[in-house]
Amino acid sequence: MDNQSCVKIINEWDIVSARQLGRNVAKELGFGTVDQARITTAISELARNIFLYAGQGQICIEKLYENGKTGLRLLSIDSGPGIKDLRQVMEDGYSTSGGLGAGLPGVKRLMDDFQIDSSPGEGTDIRAIKWLR
Amino acid sequence: MDFRQKLESKYREILTNYLADRSEQALYQGQKLSRNAIERNIPPEEIVSIHRNIMAEMFPEKFNDRMQESFDILLEVMVAYGFAYREHQNLKHIQQELRTEMEIAANVQKTLLGTEIPCKKDMDIGAISVPAKHMNGDYFNFVEDENNSVSIAIADVIGKGLPAALCMSMIKYAMDSLPENRKTPTLVLENLNRVVEQNVDLTMFITMFYGTYHIDHHIFSYASAGHEPGLFYHAETQTFSELPAKGLLLGIEKNTKYRKYEKEVMPGDMIILMSDGVTESRTKEGFIEREELLALIEKNIHLKAQNIVQNVYKELEKLQDFQLRDDFTLIILRRNV
Repeated sequence: MDNQSCVKIINEWDIVSARQLGRNVAKELGFGTVDQARITTAISELARNIFLYAGQGQICIEKLYENGKTGLRLLSIDSGPGIKDLRQVMEDGYSTSGGLGAGLPGVKRLMDDFQIDSSPGEGTDIRAIKWLR
Repeated sequence: MDFRQKLESKYREILTNYLADRSEQALYQGQKLSRNAIERNIPPEEIVSIHRNIMAEMFPEKFNDRMQESFDILLEVMVAYGFAYREHQNLKHIQQELRTEMEIAANVQKTLLGTEIPCKKDMDIGAISVPAKHMNGDYFNFVEDENNSVSIAIADVIGKGLPAALCMSMIKYAMDSLPENRKTPTLVLENLNRVVEQNVDLTMFITMFYGTYHIDHHIFSYASAGHEPGLFYHAETQTFSELPAKGLLLGIEKNTKYRKYEKEVMPGDMIILMSDGVTESRTKEGFIEREELLALIEKNIHLKAQNIVQNVYKELEKLQDFQLRDDFTLIILRRNV
């Protein structure tokens, strides 16, 4: 796909590259500074999860044009251990009490749309969208 | 104008005023604005952004690119605070929901476990039971029967709160379903012991005291499953002694047998039953001494039984700075003179 670019997450520095990619696309699409910061914070959280818990995976950024709306889609794909209880990681306060899945509910709140799929042993696939207002 | 635009124009006004006169008045306006913004769930990064935009607009020369760019760092830091703030808001909401649910559950429990204190010509009975949290892990129950006797059960689940309360509801229904002819103290405990042993996990234990007061010949027969020892007040000598009782806690060993004890009650004598929440009332100096408890009862001994238990509770509550550490139950049965 032309309008999708990805960054492999293997070490901590890759988190910075993923943020940079996300910020460039967000700027290009016309997001304001506050939304840029929100999008990069969401990218940081997801990339950090890959780095800390999955070992490796990738962050992809996609430009979206749908029904006259412009948006940015953020994908986080890994082939790590996966998440057994999705309901639990989507609960506020879970990540702070230790354990995996840092701040997924927070990422969901920073974005406009959020979907997560995960199978134990196969990995996790997260898609989130922010629309330009 | 939507709220964000209003906020921005109000912020501009306050900032302009402050830069003109550096007055406390303007700062106070700023504080009021923040309250308004918090009510509307405006995250902190939004405020930083407003500040930066207005500064750039008001001082296009002085607020140069460098100054503006420095705000990128502040914005980034504040997004993380906003992140935490939104989580906090949501947790607060969840906490409120849980609290409401607990209050409803506590009311349901009150109805389920409710018991009426019997009114008997020859007896004066008082009882109080106060949970440390919302739900009560102590339980007491009075039963009157046609042989002119009053039976009393008092039980305490080790632990408190919701798990203890759930467990108590089971005890209550197990007891209600016992047939009339099996309501002697030892049989009640032996039956309940089997129910608890089969239905409750190994980490939960229940202590229980069951006694029957035969009003016709003023004999109190009782048995105890590891429950906090009761006290006996001898009116004639004005002294207290312990009601001796031995027995294993409920739920430990399936075939436990309980021993029956009897005590003759003279006019003015009192039987005092309690949960360990009474004896383990804690002050800064440690557990209260038994002498202190006895002194409290003695101080109120001229009153009706219900007033004695209430006054003792009030005093112990005060001694503990109004923070109960365990569920508190105190019951007094007195033979009228």
